[in-house]
Amino acid sequence: MTGHADLRADVEGAVVAAFHSDWARVVATLIRVTGDWDLAEECAQDAFARALERWPRDGVPRNPGAWLTTTARNRALDRLRRAATGAAKLQEVAVISGPDVSDDGVEDDRLRLIFTCCHPALSRDAQVALTLRTLAGLTTAEIARAFLVPESTMAQRLVRAKHKIRNAGIPYRVPPAYQLPERTGAVLAVLYLLFNEGYSATTGAELVRGGLCAEAIRLARTLGGLMPDEPEAIGLLALLLLTDARRVARLDDAGDIVPLEEQDRTRWDADSIAEGLEHLDAALRRGQPGPYQVQAAIAACHAAAHDASATDWVEIAALYNELVRMVPTPVVELNRAVAVGMADGPETGLRLVDGLERSGALAGYHLLSATRADLLRRLGRRVEAAVAYRVALSLAATDAERRYLTRRIAQTSETG
Amino acid sequence: MRYILLICEDETAAQAASPAEGEAMMAEYMKFGDEMGKRGVLKSGERLRPTTDATTVQVRNDKVLTSDGPFAETKEQIGGFYLVDCKDVDEAIEIAAKIPGARFGTIEVRPIWEM
Repeated sequence: MTGHADLRADVEGAVVAAFHSDWARVVATLIRVTGDWDLAEECAQDAFARALERWPRDGVPRNPGAWLTTTARNRALDRLRRAATGAAKLQEVAVISGPDVSDDGVEDDRLRLIFTCCHPALSRDAQVALTLRTLAGLTTAEIARAFLVPESTMAQRLVRAKHKIRNAGIPYRVPPAYQLPERTGAVLAVLYLLFNEGYSATTGAELVRGGLCAEAIRLARTLGGLMPDEPEAIGLLALLLLTDARRVARLDDAGDIVPLEEQDRTRWDADSIAEGLEHLDAALRRGQPGPYQVQAAIAACHAAAHDASATDWVEIAALYNELVRMVPTPVVELNRAVAVGMADGPETGLRLVDGLERSGALAGYHLLSATRADLLRRLGRRVEAAVAYRVALSLAATDAERRYLTRRIAQTSETG
Repeated sequence: MRYILLICEDETAAQAASPAEGEAMMAEYMKFGDEMGKRGVLKSGERLRPTTDATTVQVRNDKVLTSDGPFAETKEQIGGFYLVDCKDVDEAIEIAAKIPGARFGTIEVRPIWEM
C-alpha cells in the first residue's frame, strides 16, 4: 500500500512540477495555434487533469511539456471538430502535429504571451490579471484573493481584457525591434508590481498575497531565460531575489515590521542572495545599466553587510544619485535622502527631505513624514520628531505600519 | 483591421495660431496624408470645423431637440479624423503617433465595429 501511496505522491509531484514549468508553454502554444484564449486555457486545464489520471498508470512521460501540449492540442481539435464554426480554425490546428508541437523553433510562444498580456493598450490592472491567469496559471479566485477584490470583479476584468485583445486587434507576437525597449519596460513593470503586491503583504488576511512574490520570481526567471541579452530583465530577477531574501526577516512573530537595521541577518536567505548576486554580476557585465540593475546593486550592498553598521552607505548614496538621474520621481528622491542621511549625516538628509516637502510632490505620503521623523530623531530634535511620527501615523495605510510608528513615538518620548 | 483615429485637441489653440503657423501645420498634415496614402493604409480623413459650428440633435418622445454646440464640453475637441486599414493595433498606434496633432493633442484609436 505504501508503495502505491508513494507512487501517487511522486506522480502528483511530477504534475505540480510540470504545472510550474509548462503551464505557460502549453497555454501560449495553444493560443498561437487556435487564436482563442479561453479555449487555450480550458484545454490546458484538461491536459493537466488528464495527466493526473494517466501518469500514475502509464508513467510520467519523458518530455512532460510535449505530452501536455499534444494532449491539449488534441482536446482543442476535438472541441473545434464538434463546433461547426471551427472549420477554418480546425484546419490550422490540424497542420500543427507531431511531438515538436511545443517548439516552433523560431521563438518561444511564452514570449509572445508575455508581451501580449503586457500590451500598453491594456490597463495595468488587466495586464496583471492576464499575466497571472495565463502565464502563472493562477485561478480567477486566487487572483481575486490576491488583489482583495470579489471573484466576479476579477472574472469581469479577465473577460474584458480578452475581448479587448480580440476586438482592438492586439497582435500575438514579440514586438519588432523598434518597439522592444518600451514594451520590455512594460513587462518588467508588471512583474515588479506583482512582486511588490506580495512583498507588502503583512498580516494573516494578506498572507495569500505572499505567493505573488514566488510567482513574480518564477516569471522573471522565465523572462530572463527568454531574453538573456536584456540586462534589465536579468537585473529585475536579481532585484527580486535579493529583496525576497529578506522577506522572512522583515516581520517579527507578531507580524510587525522590523526595520532593515534591526533585522536578524542570519535569517536572510543565503541561497537567494547568492543567486541574486550572480545574476546582478552577469547583467552589469553587459555595460548597459538601467533602473532595475541599479536597484539590485543597492539591494546587493545591504546583502553584503553582515550587520547594519557595516553597510556601505556612501556606495548606496552614489547608486541612488544614479537612480534619481534615470528615474527622477519624488519617491526615488526620498529614498536617496535616506541614503544621503546615512552617508553624510542626518542634517544633509533632512535638507533634501525639506526640499521634497516644499515641492509638495509627496503631500500625504506617510513615508515622507516617517523619514523626516527618523532624521529629526537622529539629530536629537525629539519634539519635532514626535510631531512628524504622529503625522506619519495619521497617514499610514496598514496596521503593521501603524504599530511600527506607534512604537517609534513611544521610543521618542522615552529617550529623554 | 479598420480603425478610426480621432484627433482631439484644444481648438482654441489652433484658432489662436498665426497664419504662418496655420500654414506650416497644414503642410505637415498634407505630408502625413501623402505618406499614408502611398503606404496604402489611408481610407479617408477629414478636418472638422470647430465646435462653435456644431449642432446637437436628440429625439425624445418623438420630438427633435436641437441645440447649439458640441455634445460635451471638454478641454479637447475632435478636430478631425482618419480612417485607416492596417494590420493590427500596433500599426494603428504607429500611424497615430505620426499625426501632427499627436504632439500637442490626443489621438484616440478606435477599432471599427465590423458587421
